[in-house]
Amino acid sequence: MAERRVPLAKRHRKDRIFRRGCQIIASMSAGILAILLIAIVFEGVGALNANFLSGAPDPDPAVAGMFPAIMGSLWLLVLTMLVALPLGVAAAIVLEEFRPKHKVLRKAHAFIQLNITNLSGVPSVVFGILGLTVFVSMFGLFGNERDPLLETGATYVDQFYNQGDFIIEVPIDDPMAPETVPVDGMTIYTYEGTAMELNLLGDDDDWPEDEEIAMRSLYSWDLPGRNKERNWWYFRLPFGRGVLAGALTLMLVILPIIIISSQEALRAVPSSLRQASLGLGATPWQTVRRVTLPAAFPGILTGAIIAMSRAIGEAAPLLMIAGIVFITRAPSNLMDDFTAMPLQIYNWAGRPQKEFHDLAASGIIVLLTALLLFNAIAVFLRQKLQKPLS
Amino acid sequence: MKNILQPLAMVLAPTALVLALTPAASAQAEALRGKVVVDGSSTVYPITEAAAAAFRKEFPNVNVTVAVSGTGGGFKRFAIGETDISDASRPIKGKEFKKCAENGVSFIELPVALDGLSIVLNPNNDWVKQLTVDQLKAIYLEDGKARKWSDLNPEWPNETIKVYSPGTDSGTFDYFKEVVAGKTGSFRPDMSVSEDDNVLVTGVSGDKYAIGYFGASYYFENKDKIRAAAIVNPKTGKAVMPTPENVISGAYAPLSRPLFIYVNEKSLRRPAMRKFVEFYMENAGTFAKKVQYVPMSPKVAETAKSFLKKRRTGTVFVMAEMHEGGPVYSKREQPLDKAYQEANLLDTK
Repeated sequence: MAERRVPLAKRHRKDRIFRRGCQIIASMSAGILAILLIAIVFEGVGALNANFLSGAPDPDPAVAGMFPAIMGSLWLLVLTMLVALPLGVAAAIVLEEFRPKHKVLRKAHAFIQLNITNLSGVPSVVFGILGLTVFVSMFGLFGNERDPLLETGATYVDQFYNQGDFIIEVPIDDPMAPETVPVDGMTIYTYEGTAMELNLLGDDDDWPEDEEIAMRSLYSWDLPGRNKERNWWYFRLPFGRGVLAGALTLMLVILPIIIISSQEALRAVPSSLRQASLGLGATPWQTVRRVTLPAAFPGILTGAIIAMSRAIGEAAPLLMIAGIVFITRAPSNLMDDFTAMPLQIYNWAGRPQKEFHDLAASGIIVLLTALLLFNAIAVFLRQKLQKPLS
Repeated sequence: MKNILQPLAMVLAPTALVLALTPAASAQAEALRGKVVVDGSSTVYPITEAAAAAFRKEFPNVNVTVAVSGTGGGFKRFAIGETDISDASRPIKGKEFKKCAENGVSFIELPVALDGLSIVLNPNNDWVKQLTVDQLKAIYLEDGKARKWSDLNPEWPNETIKVYSPGTDSGTFDYFKEVVAGKTGSFRPDMSVSEDDNVLVTGVSGDKYAIGYFGASYYFENKDKIRAAAIVNPKTGKAVMPTPENVISGAYAPLSRPLFIYVNEKSLRRPAMRKFVEFYMENAGTFAKKVQYVPMSPKVAETAKSFLKKRRTGTVFVMAEMHEGGPVYSKREQPLDKAYQEANLLDTK
């Protein structure tokens, strides 16, 4: 009742003050973002050129690039998306559309729901530690990286590097077999895969002048080294510090986010749609597949892409998995060593020289562009797919 | 569902396209393929990084990865065959040698450069001109007397010394500790510690009353942010700066030290690995100079190359009578050119 007696002018003033306050706070967040962007663009645009995108890290900041980091992030992103999206959406459907009726199961359902909410608030570095034991070393159950329990997709070759700087290869079937001893006339391959006959030289023989012969010649004392050629489908247990372990760890980070946003999208589907479908005789599964899921899809996709932008910017869990490593190549298989954009930026920003700080700023521009691109795609897809539901 | 998948495909298709693209290269050396895994000291890292970057330009299809876990951390992985090369800012210890022997890892020991371990101060520190080893003891030891700058010299500021140090996995720490603390002394527990020398540079450059130490490369690279203290040579009594000339002449004592790479002999049979190590040793002097270290004396460099060529495995720094935790650098009393000889090699076999 006391409120009534406040004069009208005073109440209007209060209202204005409140509105101003809100405006100031809102523009502050936009202002901070603008300052950040301007500062970074100012600092980083100088080093941003084609070489920066296609080159490899280098001790000389003038020629350093972040191609391996960009590719690493891309690998991570695609793998994370492939694993996290089906899992997350499936979990959301189970939790939202197939609620249990039994009393005990209902308790379990509530417990799981509570935990997912909690997990979404867990600092990502904790997931990094989890990923280290679960994915990288797999509790030590499958041996170690050098001596894995399961390995497939690797072919072995004994490689000779002869005195004329030619590479001679002998394929090996059993990786544990003793190293190849050169025998005259045995079949060898050039690095291009051409089969040839080995020309074995005695200790006192001179090196052949003819290049044709030189490229298939070895001295009897030449020693091979065993190269492991990893095909792109190379797979191994335990995963080791590879791109797959990184992606699965990122999956842990974003899975709760995807589940919760998918649940919300499903919840937003009017229950009249579900009931109509069930009323027409569709089974719950048919209802989910044909009615609820398509209706919720734009929302799910938006949530998923937001989660992806979170994943691409994460550094802490990857720091646990991959560490800071000087890498000049993009990963070529699931188990390959990798670096990612946030790690590369962290590495450069940690160096004391100013040139590297500029490189870090350029890296941030690339990362931010990718993030904005993702958000734009999310908006675009939502616009494109949104249909009136009722 | 079709109209849902279409935009999805629009997003995924370019992604797949980018993934399929591989960097184009042309040289004959492209034929050389393989992987070289390096880990270890952050002091040696700049040289190895320079070598890996230069190597990549000639042999684009060899994948050289260089990580930084500190000398001790590097040897832990090296001794179980996880890495091909271990960067080390001190010689291998008896314990690590034993571990290698147990796991059948035999290695070639190759000195790559000399480093004048630099004691660094904030540039605004205008009172310290030179330091003696005794003063370093007072600052760094647990039972040392100096906790404030004025404890060392009453004319210096009455301010707490902020002490920075590389971590215990670092070879620089081991080396500095042996010089300053000997075998028995222990360091004060309240130092700010990092295995990453860049962190130490940032720390010392931001605090007027700070002191720290690390490889000279990090000092020269950051000359505008930190300054080095001249160290009094106990034998001559002269204060000496960690310049390349003083390191070569031996005047910068007792903090001059050799830096090494340890190369797994079995890995060396792989052509990619062999090429990389040969390339590294061939140009070690250039890389060392490039990152502000001092090249090895020609005599030591020649011996190293011959060890590599003849595959002479083992170390000259561990005595046959090893004991747990053995000496860090048992033959430091001798200059490296004398100690580093085939006759002194002790093999793991």
